[in-house]
Amino acid sequence: MFNQKKFVVSHAPFWHDGSSLSTRHYHIMLAAIPAVIPGFIQYGGRAVAVVCFSIATAMIWEMVVNKIAKLPVSIGDGNAALIGLLLAMMIPATTPWWTVLVGTLIAVVIGKQIFGGLGANPFNPVMVAMAILSLSWKGIFDFNEALLSYDFDFTMAYPLSSLKAFGPDAISSFSMTDLLMGRQTGGIGSTCGIAIIIGGLYLIARGFIRWEISVSFLGGVFVTALLFAMFGEEGKYAGPIFHLFTGYTLIGAFYLATEDASSPVNFIPMLIYGAGCGIMTILIRNIGAYVDGVVLSILLMNLANPLIDKIRPKALGKVVEK
Amino acid sequence: MIKKSFFGLLKPRLEYDIIDAKTPAPREITASKTIQLFSHTVFDKKDKILFQVGDKVKAGQKISIMKGSDDYIISSVSGTIASISPYAGNFGMQMTSVVIKKDDRQESDTQFAEAAKTPSFQVTTDFLAHLPGAFPVSILSQTDPKVTKLVISGMDTDLLVQTRQQIVKTSASSIKKGIRILKDITNLDTFIIVVPEALSQDAISTGATVKTVPPAYPSASPHLVLKDILGKELPAGDPFEKHGIAVVSAEALAALGNAYEKKEIPTRKILTVIDKIGTKKLISAQIGTPFKDIFSALNIRPEDGDRIIIGGPMTGLSAYTEDHPVCPDTDAVIIQDRSVIPYVSNSACINCGECIRICPAKVQVSMLVRFLEAGQYDNAADNYDLFSCIECGLCSYVCTAKIPIFQYIRLAKFELARIQSAEAENV
Repeated sequence: MFNQKKFVVSHAPFWHDGSSLSTRHYHIMLAAIPAVIPGFIQYGGRAVAVVCFSIATAMIWEMVVNKIAKLPVSIGDGNAALIGLLLAMMIPATTPWWTVLVGTLIAVVIGKQIFGGLGANPFNPVMVAMAILSLSWKGIFDFNEALLSYDFDFTMAYPLSSLKAFGPDAISSFSMTDLLMGRQTGGIGSTCGIAIIIGGLYLIARGFIRWEISVSFLGGVFVTALLFAMFGEEGKYAGPIFHLFTGYTLIGAFYLATEDASSPVNFIPMLIYGAGCGIMTILIRNIGAYVDGVVLSILLMNLANPLIDKIRPKALGKVVEK
Repeated sequence: MIKKSFFGLLKPRLEYDIIDAKTPAPREITASKTIQLFSHTVFDKKDKILFQVGDKVKAGQKISIMKGSDDYIISSVSGTIASISPYAGNFGMQMTSVVIKKDDRQESDTQFAEAAKTPSFQVTTDFLAHLPGAFPVSILSQTDPKVTKLVISGMDTDLLVQTRQQIVKTSASSIKKGIRILKDITNLDTFIIVVPEALSQDAISTGATVKTVPPAYPSASPHLVLKDILGKELPAGDPFEKHGIAVVSAEALAALGNAYEKKEIPTRKILTVIDKIGTKKLISAQIGTPFKDIFSALNIRPEDGDRIIIGGPMTGLSAYTEDHPVCPDTDAVIIQDRSVIPYVSNSACINCGECIRICPAKVQVSMLVRFLEAGQYDNAADNYDLFSCIECGLCSYVCTAKIPIFQYIRLAKFELARIQSAEAENV
């Protein structure tokens, strides 16, 4: 008995496909880098500072909550860093440090940790933070106002604000290629459409985000905007391509609406959820009070997510009572 | 171990290992000193024990251990009983362990040879309840409803394992004899053999209706075989016998045929043994042979921190000691090196949906596991299809948060069954 070898005894399955939380979150961050770099190039050191500070404070808040709640430190799973990065990608490069600090506090503590941490958040934490920040400090998050001191070789008006204020005639100066290539004002990492699409396709191919949500989101935006342009009042609404390439549409479709905990997992619910986000985005942009509708539409669909996700296939051998 | 493919959008493709024509015949391994056998009888007060330590037994002898219990064990060697003791199996299952010290001279018991002259269901129940491959005698004796359809599983239900395929490949004639005997002594009238495509020619000669299963895991799981191949989707949680169907391993049927043919109880079990680097060997060992005898014969050296898996990598059980014996239902033994053992975590579900996409039974695993973690088993069974689970283990295999989902499910089913039987007793 004394020379017994000690074997590892555990339960089946004895194999695992090797996926992990940290791989998942780090890969989403990796995929976001191409979209952040144009922001760094355009806005220089300030953008770098905002991104770094946002990631750092998000991780610090996570650790603070872990310590207070006496939970194992969970910053290693990469989710806090991801929240910090996504938040920084959406805000202007001129955002003051304290707003970033408050933003990550809202995202990590209120958006995620008080609901029970990773996986338990009913809303996308970044969206919660963005909604509260932009409602609280309008001036800081109004891109026209925030980026006043910058002048690049493209139209320096925020496309969606121009559309809202002056109608589609005002946006005729934006070429679609410019919008796609990131030659527009906006958040640090949310303007360069092509980079976001590349990152998004990478995540879809690797299985880190659910393609159904992204595709139906973009589909919802496209179809709704098209319907407005075709049947709406003449000369009042912009075309669908403009809506796809401006504001938070692309980052929303690939990085925000696809947040795991707050989005559905069944096929039909994913389509409904994505399409719902897209439709709401255009409704808010076209007939709502706000310039961009992505943040609020995702929050709204997050709210509906548990209900939508009840639509599920019949399990094997389930007896349906008539 | 098969990892997630780079393109994670694609489902991981786990395929059964199909036996090829060149597989050598199983090597025969004999227990060196002792064998250990388990009886499902609960170990009771000493005065109920019919056998004593020191009693002589012969190879193939039937040993009823407890007074008042129908269960028995079949000694696979002749020797002396060295110990009789209580044994706690998986999930605390109470059993009695009997260790038999092997004699130098081996002699066979003749009781069964006498009885086997006239095959009958009674003889089968009396002597053949512990055939290699675990023959389900109690199910076949059921009368309400009568079990009329027998699904012979000629395909191993877990990855890497080739035991049943080997039987179909080499012992089709024994299976045929088994079928003939069952036709005579039971209510069975339909025999279906399920094999991989490659073995369908061998399976035809058994005389049963041949059905083939695709190579993708878990298509050979009995529930999926019934649903996809026989077109019978049973209500979740119902045992097969409730619908007149029994599922039996090809090995058990071949052993039944051999038993009546040779007039002796087969005690050798075919096993797939896989060592640390993944080399696969088929062996034939006496039931009760400790794993360490198999390891030393095959020159496998398990170290501290390794894992001994009884059964396949997806649904097996792990053993805590090398002394664990070969049981009638042990189809495979795998040694997993400590460097490749994946660990579980206590992270919460992040709702990534991998489990839901891979679940062959379309269970809402991500919701189910939330109830199971909270111990709300009734709720899980009523609202989230706990009993639809076919226990393939794929959900845990793909879980990003590394939650031991499969174990939660097994535990929940066990707990519900325990509560149910406790309630039944108290009524």
